[in-house]
Amino acid sequence: MRAVSTAETATTTHPWAIHAEALKVRAGRHLAVDGLDLSLTTGVHGLLGPNGAGKTTLMRALATVVKPSGGRLTLLGRPVDGRADLRPARRALGYLPQHFGYYPRFTVREFVAYMAWLKEMPKADIPAATQRAIDRVGLAAKADARLRTLSGGMLRRAGVAQAIVNDPQVLLMDEPTVGLDPEQRLDLRELLRDLGTDACVLVSTHLVEDVVAACTEVVLLNEGRLVWQGTPDSLAAHGDDGHAGDSPAERGYSALLRRHRAEAAR
Amino acid sequence: MTTHPTLSEIDRYAAGEPGLDEATVWSIEVHLESCADCRARLAGSTTAASRALIAEVAAAVDREIAAGPKPRSKALFRTPLRQRWFVAALLPWVAMTAAVLGTAALLTHLVPELPSIVLLLAPLAPLPGVAVAWSRHADPAWELIAGTPSAGLTMLLRRTAVVLVLVIPVLAVFAASGASRANPALMLLPCLAFTAATLLLGSLVGVRRAAIGLMAAWAAVVVAPSLATAELPVLLEPAAAGAWAILTAVLAALTLLRAGSFRRLTSF
Repeated sequence: MRAVSTAETATTTHPWAIHAEALKVRAGRHLAVDGLDLSLTTGVHGLLGPNGAGKTTLMRALATVVKPSGGRLTLLGRPVDGRADLRPARRALGYLPQHFGYYPRFTVREFVAYMAWLKEMPKADIPAATQRAIDRVGLAAKADARLRTLSGGMLRRAGVAQAIVNDPQVLLMDEPTVGLDPEQRLDLRELLRDLGTDACVLVSTHLVEDVVAACTEVVLLNEGRLVWQGTPDSLAAHGDDGHAGDSPAERGYSALLRRHRAEAAR
Repeated sequence: MTTHPTLSEIDRYAAGEPGLDEATVWSIEVHLESCADCRARLAGSTTAASRALIAEVAAAVDREIAAGPKPRSKALFRTPLRQRWFVAALLPWVAMTAAVLGTAALLTHLVPELPSIVLLLAPLAPLPGVAVAWSRHADPAWELIAGTPSAGLTMLLRRTAVVLVLVIPVLAVFAASGASRANPALMLLPCLAFTAATLLLGSLVGVRRAAIGLMAAWAAVVVAPSLATAELPVLLEPAAAGAWAILTAVLAALTLLRAGSFRRLTSF
């Protein structure tokens, strides 16, 4: 495999880290993302939406795993639709899928290093980058433990480590807090905030409280379309008095979805 | 954790007092391994002579490290390790292939009037493995890998090479045993040609479909008629070896030309 020089992977500036125009993506026969317009830059963006909103399909298209069926999609200014060369964009990507598969006999260190190698990182940089990623997710004590021996939360953190090992400029995380205990969730939020200072981080989740705590922007999706985009504070401002006990942001999320469904039904 | 030793015991341990019995020393040392507080107490109790000795040893170790050869860096993974999950995933398929060829060899031996069934089946031997090489069902980390820059023809060729490394020795054993009743080149060349054809066709319809389609086509067009007529086809006569070699080269070249079609794993 060709080793990629540091210069080739160096951070470059693009107006939008993620830019989608009328994006359409199929999940099987179903059009899960239907004409989405979305532009995201540096920061932590929380992708919210009910089940079936198209969040996971969108993440898979952004991760270049699924080919868009229509519209335009660019990552860091590079087209990743049609027959474009995906390698430059993929080198700058980090991706944690919702259902994260792994090789049970690999240790955490081997797994993260293997992913770094697949991401075409310079060979000499891999050991240090692997150790740094493992340290950042708090798995240093388990670095040489086999993946099959880890708990669900630790596995999720190993997944986060492989996603960030190449210091990605676009980091996509689908449900990263699943399986984490409250303390680990707090640590992950802090890590996301840290990563979002110089990368575009898109976090898909059902947990509005995670979005409010960690994200600089909220992207609300429903039925494959963009419903709303704004700050967590402005999401909370949309809330009404219903559902006592919910947080202001949760009330805002519910109110925006209700409004969108009512408008769609008209 | 064991019970904390008393300050007096720690002081006596630090001073290396001979009055401490062996069991107490052992107990203190076991405890110190897991108790940071007692290690701190021990540091406070250490005598000046002990501290000087420790400093001297540390300096000597540093000197030896600096003067000695650079430690050999432990490779994070070697090539076999990178593919070891794949080797594990392939072993059942290789075992199945060996079993099928073994059965074919037995049938050929028991019914001598039939053409060599081993020779008829040899071209298909690597195809189940090649189909597994790019299967999202076989690779647990499929979705992670699909989004990496390495996903593409290079990775497919690397995995196909692993398949061939496992399958070709099996074929060589059958060829050497005389079960094929033919030149070993006639076992291997069609096998390589079919592997290349699977990859080329796979760039259009997916590797798994290509492998299944080619196996079905060869079985229907060549194997079944050969068994029915009890004659080897011209394709597997010794004179055809050169044609198989040329075909393999052409198919491999065409596959390389279609490298761009392998960028997305979903196209398989």
